[in-house]
Amino acid sequence: MNDLLPPGGTREAMNSIETVLRGLSGAGYIASQQIATAVYIADHLQKPILVEGPAGVGKTELAKSVATWLGLPLIRMQCYEGLDESKALYEWKYGKQLLYTQILKDKISSVIGETDGLAAALNKLHDFGDIFFSKHFLEPRPLLRALEEPGGAVLLIDEIDKSDQEFEAFLLEILSDYQVTIPEIGTVHAITPPIVLLTSNSTRDLGDALKRRCLHLHIGFPDEKLERQIIASRVPGIDERLLKQLVSFVQQLRMIDLKKVPSVSETIDWARVLVLLHTAALEVDLVRNTLNVLLKFEADIEIANKQIAGLTHKARADAGIAV
Amino acid sequence: MSAAVGSASEPLRRFLQVARGAGLRVSAAEGIDAARALDVIGFGDRVVLKDTLGLILAKTPDEKDLFDEAFDLYFKRDAFTGGGADEDEREPAEGQPNQGPQAGGDGMGGSSGQSLGSLLENDDRASLAAAMELAAREAGIENIRFFTQKNLYARRILDRMGLRALEREIEAMRQGGTPQGLTRAERLEGRVEALRDAVRDFVERNLILFAKGETEKFREELLKSARLSNLERRDLDRMRVLVRQMAKRLAARYAKTRRKRLRGVLDTRRTLRRNMGWGGVPFITVWKQKRVEKPRVMVLCDVSGSVAAMAQFLLMFLYALNEALSDIRSFAFAGSLIEVSEILEKQPVEQAITKIMEMIGFGSSNYGNSFADFEDGWMKFVTNKTTVIILGDARGNRTDPRTEIMARLSQRSKRIIWLNPEYKSAWGTGDSDMFRYAPFCSLVTVCNTLRHLERAIADLLEDAV
Repeated sequence: MNDLLPPGGTREAMNSIETVLRGLSGAGYIASQQIATAVYIADHLQKPILVEGPAGVGKTELAKSVATWLGLPLIRMQCYEGLDESKALYEWKYGKQLLYTQILKDKISSVIGETDGLAAALNKLHDFGDIFFSKHFLEPRPLLRALEEPGGAVLLIDEIDKSDQEFEAFLLEILSDYQVTIPEIGTVHAITPPIVLLTSNSTRDLGDALKRRCLHLHIGFPDEKLERQIIASRVPGIDERLLKQLVSFVQQLRMIDLKKVPSVSETIDWARVLVLLHTAALEVDLVRNTLNVLLKFEADIEIANKQIAGLTHKARADAGIAV
Repeated sequence: MSAAVGSASEPLRRFLQVARGAGLRVSAAEGIDAARALDVIGFGDRVVLKDTLGLILAKTPDEKDLFDEAFDLYFKRDAFTGGGADEDEREPAEGQPNQGPQAGGDGMGGSSGQSLGSLLENDDRASLAAAMELAAREAGIENIRFFTQKNLYARRILDRMGLRALEREIEAMRQGGTPQGLTRAERLEGRVEALRDAVRDFVERNLILFAKGETEKFREELLKSARLSNLERRDLDRMRVLVRQMAKRLAARYAKTRRKRLRGVLDTRRTLRRNMGWGGVPFITVWKQKRVEKPRVMVLCDVSGSVAAMAQFLLMFLYALNEALSDIRSFAFAGSLIEVSEILEKQPVEQAITKIMEMIGFGSSNYGNSFADFEDGWMKFVTNKTTVIILGDARGNRTDPRTEIMARLSQRSKRIIWLNPEYKSAWGTGDSDMFRYAPFCSLVTVCNTLRHLERAIADLLEDAV
């Protein structure tokens, strides 16, 4: 397989989909085959991954786990409405510039001291002009930091759908060529192309240009088996039978028409709560009392409350416990 | 390995075509990405192959579904190639497309080597399937678009497989008259019949594969410009999907223009405030911004028999747009007027509309009376930021049109848009009061198809600036 790898840029750890699966699970992330394929292909084609899916299925977690596994720094950029270049890419250190001009006042006046006339002084200053707009006065923000990381990095652009459309367009240069242009300095190329993950909750449709530059990974809710693995890895020491019951319960809950169905992160929280309460098996009352961990809307809890008995019964039956 | 990569591009190219046919938008760049990805993962594992192509080609959940369908159809077809063969023959069948050109080339000549006749006689299904694939490719099966072309393509494929020569051969056998020849001819004829069926089947599958997207698109175009009152029940579901798509597109287009930056106009006050820390030296400039208001909308829908179909879609449209509109209040009227906002908010639009219709619909309309109801109850909520949309045919069954209420409404509101499902030529005829109301409206327009509706609502959003 190795002779097929594109030259350069490929990390040793990424030599097959199985190693990706194993590596991620080592970092505590139980990935589906599809997720592992996405990470593998992204690294080989050097393309960003756009991860979409409902909240709480582990989109952000994926980036963290990739970083942990590969031992790369994770650089995270949270998007929000109004985010612009100065916060995402770089900013001039105004304060430092100001301070330096004050401190160097004497030096500056000595440099231009001998000249007579404003024009001559200006000309003199021009020769030094770029000093204050050099890299020393540049405050690198997440995107620039990711490019400058010598060993590569994992760049997580979180909730890209919250940003403005203009910002999305601005990202295109980075995403396709791994470079950015700073007017005063020039174009900065990535030393090692970072692994880029973008996440979106689909609150708005992203532009086609952005989508075309990315691999599109849709993470849905895991199936029962995968979810059990995830919980077992996240909540160590959980009893096997309890695990079966609670996952089966949550899976059934997702079938009900709710405003917001519980996602994996809620299942994990619930599992932790149940372990803390030393639960051996699901009981109707216990479920009723802890339901607010799973469901976040009053209306949802009301709907679910009516069906708890049935769901619990079925969950226990699935786990093979006599009722 | 490199040979395999080379031959990989042909199936991929064909699959991309299938994907486009299924309605995916696959750009050339994505095609290149797919080819590069295939170089990395190869064709070996179908699950990995599906995941990989899905990652690159399908970019929304809808597209993922389309992709899955297209992928399964396309590769099921491949599996069929070896379908008739025994288990041990299946392996070579996979590689057949590579040998295809030589084998098929001879077969077409019909005189030497593996002729169609001998293939049929030996019942060599693997080779037959391969020959069929090849003939189909030569006949340009990927250009098939309409079901009427089925026979044409089936005929072309059979011709290329050398059926005519075979038919002549069979004829010659019969002419020969020997009992041996007759039984042979009979047997062959039976097999030819089976072959015809197989080819027809094959063409049909390809039609689904390559033409599905086209016919869907065609149908949707048709629906968009069909009169809404003429729609058939079976089209309603599709219409709902279309309305939702259109609304989503409009909302995406206008949701983000709300905050416009007017570059070049300095906000002096805020700039000074911001730079107090530096003794008022303006390091950071603040530019004036203009906030664009979301339109506030009040919709008055005539739900008497003639306009009801239209009203349903207008309401569906507006409620799907709720992210781009800040405040919708909706009213339904026929003989009198009631507010229906709450019903529409609480229930899915389809159910809400049936409920509204039960409450008030299908009576004979009385515009004057309904406007009076509106003035009594809700005129006070109309501000100079409110856009009032009235949907109706303005046929008040010869009751008093109460135009003076319209005059007051037009003074209070930002503007009044009147959408009339009747064609312009019918306005003002019979009991239509359209021309009496028109002077008070800032826009009166014909609106009876989904297209019209989309345009009217786009205008509404556009003018909000």
